[in-house]
Amino acid sequence: MSANLEEMTSEVVKRALGLGASDAECTASEGAEFSVSVRKGEVEKLKEAGSKAIGLRVLIGQKQGSAYTSDLSKEGLEQMVKAAVELAHITSEDPHAGLPDPSELGKIDGDLGLFFEETALVPTDQKIDYAKRAEAAAMAADERIFNSEGAGFGSYAGQRVFANSRGFVGSYRSSTCSLSATPVAKLGEAMERDYWYSMARQFSRLESPEYIGKKAAGRALRRLGARKVDTQKAPIIFDTTVAGSLLDHIFEAASGDSIYRKSSFLVDKLGQTVASDKLTLVDDATLPATFGACPFDDEGVPSRRTSILEKGVLKNYLLNTYTARKLGMKTTGNASRGLCGAPSISHGNLLLEPGELTQEEIFKKVGRGLFVTELIGFGVNMVTGDYSRGAAGLWIEGGEPAFPVSEITIAGNLNQMLMDIAYVGNDLEFRGSVNSPTLVIGEMTISGQ
Amino acid sequence: MGLSESFFAQKFGISSTDLERYLAEALSRGGDYADLYFEYVSTSSLGLEESILKSATQGVTLGVGVRVITGERTGYAYSDDLGSEKIMQAARVAACISSGPASIVKTPLESTGKRDLYPILTSPNEASLMERVALVRRADECARSADPRVFQVQVSYADQLKHVLVAASDGTISFDRQPLARMNVSVLAREGEGVPQNGYHGGGGRVELSWFQKEHPPEYFAKEAVRQALVQLEAVDAPAGETTVVLGPGWPGILLHEAVGHGLEADFNRKGVSAFSNRIGQLVASPLCTIVDDGTIANRRGSLNVDDEGSPTQSNVLIENGILRGYLTDKLSAKVTGGKSTGSGRRESYQAIPMPRMTNTFMLAGESDPDEIVRSVKKGVYCTTFGGGQVDITSGNFVFSASESYLIEDGKITKPLRGATLIGNGPEAMRHVSMVGNDLKLDEGVGVCGKEGQSVPVGVGIPTIKIDKMTVGGTA
Repeated sequence: MSANLEEMTSEVVKRALGLGASDAECTASEGAEFSVSVRKGEVEKLKEAGSKAIGLRVLIGQKQGSAYTSDLSKEGLEQMVKAAVELAHITSEDPHAGLPDPSELGKIDGDLGLFFEETALVPTDQKIDYAKRAEAAAMAADERIFNSEGAGFGSYAGQRVFANSRGFVGSYRSSTCSLSATPVAKLGEAMERDYWYSMARQFSRLESPEYIGKKAAGRALRRLGARKVDTQKAPIIFDTTVAGSLLDHIFEAASGDSIYRKSSFLVDKLGQTVASDKLTLVDDATLPATFGACPFDDEGVPSRRTSILEKGVLKNYLLNTYTARKLGMKTTGNASRGLCGAPSISHGNLLLEPGELTQEEIFKKVGRGLFVTELIGFGVNMVTGDYSRGAAGLWIEGGEPAFPVSEITIAGNLNQMLMDIAYVGNDLEFRGSVNSPTLVIGEMTISGQ
Repeated sequence: MGLSESFFAQKFGISSTDLERYLAEALSRGGDYADLYFEYVSTSSLGLEESILKSATQGVTLGVGVRVITGERTGYAYSDDLGSEKIMQAARVAACISSGPASIVKTPLESTGKRDLYPILTSPNEASLMERVALVRRADECARSADPRVFQVQVSYADQLKHVLVAASDGTISFDRQPLARMNVSVLAREGEGVPQNGYHGGGGRVELSWFQKEHPPEYFAKEAVRQALVQLEAVDAPAGETTVVLGPGWPGILLHEAVGHGLEADFNRKGVSAFSNRIGQLVASPLCTIVDDGTIANRRGSLNVDDEGSPTQSNVLIENGILRGYLTDKLSAKVTGGKSTGSGRRESYQAIPMPRMTNTFMLAGESDPDEIVRSVKKGVYCTTFGGGQVDITSGNFVFSASESYLIEDGKITKPLRGATLIGNGPEAMRHVSMVGNDLKLDEGVGVCGKEGQSVPVGVGIPTIKIDKMTVGGTA
């Protein structure tokens, strides 16, 4: 299969050149997905299927066009190539458009451990059993767990292929699986739900169904009886499950696209102190078996480790070829694309360097404040840094959790929030491609009653 | 239209014998119901930035999804190859959800009613590319010349034409051709070397290209985006805490989508996990509120002739004078709860299982004069434009982010406010609605609703309303 798709992408590139393109790059993906959800001990939905699709970007000089299709027949591919070339004729000359220089192309040597045969081979019955066990553990955890939105097992195994007209051909396989449970707890008339999940490239590395169920139940239970607090300014402790969203904001603000468009609160701040010296943040796509790893980016440039913040100083922007040329810099191998369009920018593993304190020690140090376990809504303005989001969590009083809180917002400005980091926890774990220890911001505005 | 004139028969030679054979295979191990969803989508998009037409893309996706329902269990498989053997294979995979003797497919397959809510001769997708390029250029030029403080303009235009065919073992067969187009303009403006502010506006629907050439020309979207950015240049910090909130007409209807709509989707309610579960016939909102979900309005973004299970869409009353009247159902939830589908079964694509979803959700007009509503507020916030929203349907807590809002002081709209999130609890917030304006307006056609990873286009609408108490998440 692998050889076929590699051949197909190379053929498509050749055909594009044949139709008048001066450069071309082609990406294809194929994969098999499985998902099952169970509820109250019964299978609710089961889905299983495979799919393939291909996308092409062509350049005629510095004008570019792109096309994609899931019709991989000869006619389908021909139609795609023709469409892309035709579209390139109507776009404008863009002086910075182009493929990476041949010297920049390449891939990380050796096996990054992104694909595990065992994940692809787990029998359906076992996947269903895992979901059932996770839900059962959640339901059995406490009598106040009275209902369930179910539990689910999902897996994916696929391949990504990339070829361009400057001699690059590469492909890699990857696998992931995940298990989650979402129980519902009740106190009087009020209901609360929460969830827990585990995700792994390797089936055997998943957290156990019993652990996931019990943890999900605990998270739903601790929300029962939640109330608003008074409107006030207070320290905000971001749990590891939500602290990563702050890293996402930094990433987005440091992405080349936002920088050259001047739509980021980090514009023109390279080399300056933009955060507390407690923050050291890297993007690393080279760590074996992690979720954010890959051998090369979506332009065929080798993945690497890039320092974003070093003790609060902004060290690098994250760039692809286009944004690097716009800014007079070099690509950092962060190009990302779906099947269609020009590359945008994505991260590998975003990792914040951990501090010394456990979460309990942080509660003690803070004394009184809000411990946030959930954020909802999209109230973050990347241009100005203005931040206002819905939150839920626990009120901390006397250095310990006192009561659950919900239906409030927390607000501030990311420029100040990043400078105002008071503590960084020691609890960094790899649960996805964005991983942060517990973070404390000295003061934000809580809107409640 | 009969099957033989349909897109899939003409392009892929699919016959009713084929459909019956696939459905029979899907029910070969028993099951109560099976359906096939064929989809062929062609898309095109243009992106202009720094006055350079930087991107132009076209694409095609096609495939078929096969679903089998047995009791409350759903088996699903799909194929991106419409070859007969591949579809039979998908049908066999979906069939595994059941285990028993084969069930019968009802034949002949009969087309459900004929309706044309988007009678388009030439969809934008089929019109000339250069006409669409001209539109994005016009928007760019207009935004740039509108004000010297504007220094960055991005314009995008995207459209698609989706052909669908649904065939089901209950004898349903339906065909539809669904155009969808949208233009977006976003700008950045700044005063001297000050902090830039952004403005954004967009719109569209199931419309022809002429909609953008006549009714809603590119200049309309460009000027509105510029206006919003300039308003933000003057903005002060939003207040923090509980206050009276007045929502302007149109897009602020996103309140209803988050506070009410999702909580009334029948999948949550048959499982008893929504804040609105088991409350039909009860007062769940102020008696001033009548809220409907209507998929039958011509040319709207959320409208459909038939839903993605082949059921005709309807106008569904959700809340009537404050009393909860009904949920939004698909075929599965209707079967389980003993009702009829409300035509609300939707899916993102052939790769996804349908769920109850909203179409166009809005509140009917009331009696109050909008100016009188603002005048009645001593101190509060007036919101006219929102970004996204989100809801936790179990607790009922929802948020939505105001991108254009103003302070109300002594009955007058005064200073513009910086962006802030508003938070409330669905059933509670709706009880605090104390005035409803006579100025119902629907949004301009940019809504995208996400649920369990599936995105579908939707519409919202609302007249000016006053909510006595809501929490505003500012910093002042």
